[in-house]
Amino acid sequence: MDNNVKRDKNDRVLYIRDLNISFRTGYGVVRAIRGVKLDLFKGETIAIVGESGSGKSVTVKTIMGILDSNGTIDSGSIIFRYKDENGELKETDLVKMSQKQIRYEFCGKRIAMVFQDPMTSLDPTMTIGRQIMEPMIEHYHISKAEAKEKTMSLLEEVGIDNPDKRFKQYPHELSGGMRQRVVIAIALACDPEILICDEPTTALDVTIQAKILELIKELQTKKGISVIYITHDLGVVAKVADYVAVMYAGRIVEKGRIDEVFYDPRHPYTWGLLSSMPDTDTSSDRLFAIPGTPPNLLEKINGDAFAPRNPYALNIDYKEEPQMYDVGGQHRVASWLCDPRAPKVELPVELVEKLEKMKKEAGINE
Amino acid sequence: MSETRKPLLHVENLKQHFKITNKFTTKAVDGISFDIYEGETYGLVGESGSGKSTTGRAIIRLYDPTDGKIIFDGHDITGKMSKEDEKFLRTNMQMIFQDPMACLNPRKKVSQIIAEGLEIHKVCSKEEIDERVGNILDKVGLSREQGTRFPHQFSGGQRQRVGIARALVMNPKLVIADECISALDVSIQAQVVNMMKDLQEELGTTYLFIAHDLSMVKYISDRIGVMHLGHIVETGTTDEIFENPIHPYTKSLLSAIPHPNPIVEKKRKAITYNKDEEGVDYTKGTIHYVDGSSTHYVLATDEEFDKWYKK
Repeated sequence: MDNNVKRDKNDRVLYIRDLNISFRTGYGVVRAIRGVKLDLFKGETIAIVGESGSGKSVTVKTIMGILDSNGTIDSGSIIFRYKDENGELKETDLVKMSQKQIRYEFCGKRIAMVFQDPMTSLDPTMTIGRQIMEPMIEHYHISKAEAKEKTMSLLEEVGIDNPDKRFKQYPHELSGGMRQRVVIAIALACDPEILICDEPTTALDVTIQAKILELIKELQTKKGISVIYITHDLGVVAKVADYVAVMYAGRIVEKGRIDEVFYDPRHPYTWGLLSSMPDTDTSSDRLFAIPGTPPNLLEKINGDAFAPRNPYALNIDYKEEPQMYDVGGQHRVASWLCDPRAPKVELPVELVEKLEKMKKEAGINE
Repeated sequence: MSETRKPLLHVENLKQHFKITNKFTTKAVDGISFDIYEGETYGLVGESGSGKSTTGRAIIRLYDPTDGKIIFDGHDITGKMSKEDEKFLRTNMQMIFQDPMACLNPRKKVSQIIAEGLEIHKVCSKEEIDERVGNILDKVGLSREQGTRFPHQFSGGQRQRVGIARALVMNPKLVIADECISALDVSIQAQVVNMMKDLQEELGTTYLFIAHDLSMVKYISDRIGVMHLGHIVETGTTDEIFENPIHPYTKSLLSAIPHPNPIVEKKRKAITYNKDEEGVDYTKGTIHYVDGSSTHYVLATDEEFDKWYKK
């Protein structure tokens, strides 16, 4: 990766500003997303990392216009930039559109999504051929014959052998990995600008996971689409992403180019995540664990949401929420530790060793 | 690991077949043998459909094994068991399940769930039950007060702690943990694995740890068995498997684990393994020990072993 690549503003496909989303539940109002800011550029892959309940899925669901009915967008904007049929550049704020409009114009057509479990995202009563043809016929009103022709080439592209036979098969006749390939084919049917992958491999075996990730990557470079990954597996992030955003309790706590975040993490939560990743070739027999559990978003959070689990928490962490600090390059961190007034803290010894080793393997000298 | 140690569990040529139709039988587990020694953790890994969960369930006798022998601490627990053997099995072998929400009764309080086994087997008096439930809650990192709550009031990690408490309250000799961490978040996975290790040190329990995630298995297991399509294709100590994998399936599993190192990971390609393309037939394979090691062996024919070993 070239370290000096500038992300040019004119290449932005999607940008999210100050997004706030809350859910009404039986127990009260849950503030699931609190001021998210994120850019997606043409042809790049960003990964959103976080635990369950950190708001990563909610963010992308909003982009797709499939937010649950008890959720409301309190403020913020999601600007989608695209070229319309006449080749003119257009900018649309997805927040201001109704769900119906998003569905008609973007969802599945310009922004497509691959879900976690391929069995629940496919219709068991339809052949896979019909399911792949459906979005093309719906959105572009092309003839069945044309759609079928395109389906065949899509099936081949996603690595499904014998497309003639597969076209007539039902989802239950395929293995998990094959099903996920079908889901990817459906997502790519309308040549979208953005592909969102919500934990695309968690339901699959490790050996198949590697193949699916390689496939998505190959298709992305070929078609030049932008991809948003949602995952909790840092190994997957390392494999696919150019840019990474770490989310905690509805906020982005650290974001930057992948090498910035992985080789020089600044937020204590990222330290914890990296340290708790099991390593296949260290001999240490104890795993680092982040103490405690994620906060309950029903309650009002005072200060930094991570503070109670953070051994490096400063007094101010309990009082005031940190702003986003610019720590050079594309790297932004929301932690008081990055404030010039903050005391210098030493990283945990195990993590320092781990980072050293990673850098050595990668051939980075500092 | 000395050879003289007595195996707590001895499994010999275990077969578990499921008859689907008159003509078709699924051979989920097809003749596996292994020993688990007292106080150790044996990790069983493999992809879905490899028969690892079936093995666990056959050992605790949730299924009726088709063939083979299971000796648990001197008791033969295959076929029709005597009353004493059955009682011994039910009180001394426990299981932790994958989905902590699905395996806890939603209408019972946590303390009742944990006490259930003690009550059914009439292990001790009522006062002692309360005492033991309280102790085990402390040990798994929950407060006694939390025992009066219902499962839905807990987070995923806490629920799994309840599942572990329920298994350990019986003071079992062997605990079968079937994918017990795969439903949890990464940061919570580490907490639960560390806790299970601490409890093992304290109580001396033996674990059969079933998982598909090799990297987690490495942290908890002393020895690992790699399963594929109903056969154990390679067994060895954790170091032997990770440092010197012989079987191509083990190699492909190891290479599929993504490393959290972006520059390295972007260039790396996973090794693929296709049994049919390589023409491997597990039923023809015999056990080949590696390098004079008494613990590390591979299931292979003579030619296959020569080929893989040289690589």
